[in-house]
Amino acid sequence: MTDLPRAPSGTRLGLVIDLDICVGCHACAVNCKEWNAGGYHAPLTDERPYDADPLGVWFNRIHTYEVTNKASESGGSADARVVHFPRSCLHCEDAPCVTVCPTGASYKRAADGIVLVEEDRCIGCKLCSWACPYGAREYDGTEGVMKKCTLCIDRIYNEALEEIDRVPACVSTCPATARHFGDLGDPDSDVSKLVAERGGVDLMPEMMTRPVNQYLPPRPRREGGAGGAAIAAPALEDAAPEGGFLGWLDKLLSD
Amino acid sequence: MHPAYSIIFFTTASGLGYGLLGLLGLAGAAGTVPADRWLGVAGLGLALGAVTLGLLSSTFHLGHPERAWMAMREWRSSWLSREGVLALATYVPAGLFAIGWVVFGSTGGVWAWCGLLAALGAAVTVACTAMIYASIRAIPRWHNGFVPPVYLVLSLLTGALALDALLRLFGAARPAVTILAIAAAVLGAGLKLLYWRHIDNAPPVATAASATGLTGTVRLLEAPHTSPNYLQQEMGYRVARKHAARLRLIALVMGFAVPAALSLLALVAGGWTAAGLAVVAALLAYIGVLIERWLFFAEAQHAVTLYYGEARV
Repeated sequence: MTDLPRAPSGTRLGLVIDLDICVGCHACAVNCKEWNAGGYHAPLTDERPYDADPLGVWFNRIHTYEVTNKASESGGSADARVVHFPRSCLHCEDAPCVTVCPTGASYKRAADGIVLVEEDRCIGCKLCSWACPYGAREYDGTEGVMKKCTLCIDRIYNEALEEIDRVPACVSTCPATARHFGDLGDPDSDVSKLVAERGGVDLMPEMMTRPVNQYLPPRPRREGGAGGAAIAAPALEDAAPEGGFLGWLDKLLSD
Repeated sequence: MHPAYSIIFFTTASGLGYGLLGLLGLAGAAGTVPADRWLGVAGLGLALGAVTLGLLSSTFHLGHPERAWMAMREWRSSWLSREGVLALATYVPAGLFAIGWVVFGSTGGVWAWCGLLAALGAAVTVACTAMIYASIRAIPRWHNGFVPPVYLVLSLLTGALALDALLRLFGAARPAVTILAIAAAVLGAGLKLLYWRHIDNAPPVATAASATGLTGTVRLLEAPHTSPNYLQQEMGYRVARKHAARLRLIALVMGFAVPAALSLLALVAGGWTAAGLAVVAALLAYIGVLIERWLFFAEAQHAVTLYYGEARV
């Protein structure tokens, strides 16, 4: 059934990604690949992994952007900064990848809102990857089916794991705690409170997909620094000291 | 978007086939063409052959062609599924119409109704093909009102030129069909010019800033991977602006201007000269539409490219 759920449960499991503290280490992408290479969508095929042109299926990709604001745009001083940006499936409420699927292989679960691909029904037409504005789906040419983030359904409900480990692999591995997992349909959940407090945003709202995952924008710079930098370095010591030992040394060396 | 040859061949061949099938159905039902057995074999054979080859070609790019039958299931939400269902359904009246024409030598009575149903099925199937592309919001150059009429008119154009050539080869020229083809060429060229003006001037739908939720000028500093991935291979194809301009001109001249001029000459010339002109017109128009369809894919920018360095789509 590739209609979207008619009676969603209200539970919207998803991720909150903090762009202010992501350090761009790619650990989440690597742990995602490691876990999912043996998980629901196994294998995540790599073609020519040791050649000059490797090609492989990954569910999580970390882009690094330079963001510049002219003085007039930001209302304050001119600003430039580097932002690391993890990109994965947003498990959209109005997921266009689901409704375009001709076979019913692509579906959104009513119980928790997770968007999944049932590989046995996938004909590999790739239309879902065209319909997704975010590039969340990657085609596995070796298996002939589409693959995507499962929000680690084989971890989050896995009773063989300790409760603390029942989070997606990307969340469990983040060394900076830039990734949070929870129910965004529950306004009292920790993730929902975080989104409300930090002003979480939808990516590309103009695509009308209503993403579940939220991104927390970088915090504004603290005022006071030169060129937007928060901490001004102390001035260098005076190069022409008067009197004393340093004055004598300066005089000696200057001649 | 990556212009896959299987899809370009599928959309153009099925467009020609359904255009020809629809016109044969209408003309047969109206009794304006002779129910000649060999004209039926050639016309319906070409129409159904082009449609069938196109549909088969569309399964070549599937990862699992043996599961293609499953694509009939989700017609409630998926235009691809609707297209599959209607394509198969259209074979029923088209097949009956072909039996009436070729076996019983009649296109009247109950066979006329089959012809009308086949024409309806052909038109709706082409519209579904167009909607597969027009429904994708992530590709603004497809998600606009020009795409469905362009697909329908180009199907009509290639179908009408093929019918005109066939009728002339069978010594049953019908000036109305020639005039219809010329009108479709003029309309098609106009629609394509409007479409190109639209995609060149439309304000951006999304930007690198909206894609990342960041404020300011967003520039890709470091890509996530060192060699291109599936997304860039499938969605990142770009045709050079200089080539695009030249190819648009070639498509306009070969697809519309020259076939229309040759058809006009055929109206004046008559006889075997006209038949030759009509065949050349039909072939040139098909090649022109192939180029047009290649451009339709190659010029389409996908929103995912915003994450890989594009500023706006």
